[in-house]
Amino acid sequence: MTELKYEAPETVEAAVGLLAAGTQGAKIFAGGTDLLVQMREDLIEPEVLIDIKKIAEVRAITVGSDDIKIGAAVTGAELGEHAEVNALWPGVVEAMELIGSDQVQGRATMGGNLCNASPAADSVPALIAAAAKAVIAGSGGTREVPVEEIVTGPGQTSLGPDEFVVQIILPKPPTRAGDAYLRFIPRTEMDIAVVGAGVSLSLNDDGTCAAVRMALGAVAPTVVLVEAASDILVGKNLDDAVLDALASAASGVCNPIDDKRGTIEFRTKVAGVLARRVTTIAWQRAEKS
Amino acid sequence: MTKHNITATINGDETEFTCSAEQTLLDVLRGELQLTGTKNGCGTGDCGACTVIVNGRPVNSCLVLGAELDGANVETIEGMAKGGELHPLQQKFLDQAALQCGVCTPGILNMAKALLEKNPDPTETEIRFGLAGNLCRCTGYDKIIRAVMDVAAEMRASGS
Repeated sequence: MTELKYEAPETVEAAVGLLAAGTQGAKIFAGGTDLLVQMREDLIEPEVLIDIKKIAEVRAITVGSDDIKIGAAVTGAELGEHAEVNALWPGVVEAMELIGSDQVQGRATMGGNLCNASPAADSVPALIAAAAKAVIAGSGGTREVPVEEIVTGPGQTSLGPDEFVVQIILPKPPTRAGDAYLRFIPRTEMDIAVVGAGVSLSLNDDGTCAAVRMALGAVAPTVVLVEAASDILVGKNLDDAVLDALASAASGVCNPIDDKRGTIEFRTKVAGVLARRVTTIAWQRAEKS
Repeated sequence: MTKHNITATINGDETEFTCSAEQTLLDVLRGELQLTGTKNGCGTGDCGACTVIVNGRPVNSCLVLGAELDGANVETIEGMAKGGELHPLQQKFLDQAALQCGVCTPGILNMAKALLEKNPDPTETEIRFGLAGNLCRCTGYDKIIRAVMDVAAEMRASGS
């Protein structure tokens, strides 16, 4: 067994250099709440841990005029305490805050939740609904990619071996906009989503829907965008017929597994129920904003 | 084997230690510094027995590496009593028998302390959610929650 090395670069370039040098044996270390557990359980055996927490932009939240940049290693606790992000993207914050205990919240990061690539990751449906992008650094420079293009399958991402996520960018929402995230778990907290649903929408001056994005977690190998939501909701008011159509569309895109956490039939039905509820919450938030 | 030389403040004292890359804060506290009040439960961040405070935030010390702690401020159960006087939470846990085997207790005391610092007037529900990351297999939750609620009320009354 090769000896594990720990590196803590202070710049993005230095981190990319270490990744490129270590290629397959290197792992990015942010909060460690997935990584260190996987090492403990011998699921992975990295040769180098590259701690990105000493890199300033990876640890910062920057609210600009057009967008909000959230460093990949900002913790759930830090995100939850940030008043502006809470006001603009409450659904993203509530999704991140559902992950683990308060102790885990002190360490767990949104960049890690994304790159761990679990189909049940709570923050990912909320980020995709919010049309978030990831800033990826690599040997060839940086690129911005929609969050839905990062995860390609359970535990798999589209990142190259010399790349890592530096920041997640949320757009500034339009006026009269709201987002929300809900998940179903058998307990009251501290569990993995059986189904997760995120929605982001905005309203026209006449109170009808201007735009909507809905994403579902834990019902397919990757988080799925419910493309039909736009056709169903845009230009409409929220009524029972629209909510029924949204629920059917959500259930219709499900391709879940059958396991001890939930059967295919159950997950498919619950996806529809959550689609109704989460849209209603986001709509109420948009009306109040 | 490469060792990392780390200087951190532990319970108010500047402390130097060396550790290898894979050693967790829990390994360092128990193995290198003989601070065995912090308990090793699951090792995977599920049970909360190893909860300590790092830079003001409660964390599972089994999911923190020693090597990342240069310049950090770490508070463990050994630093909770001041000048030979127990912290009000420690005293209340004793008075009301809010522990049985005691393995979960250091983690719960640290977590409860952090919780009350953030929210001096918690509801029972907030305490139960706040301590949800700390498992007690002696099933003593009810006394634990009541002890924390009583301490919160007394600390508010005394203005501390």
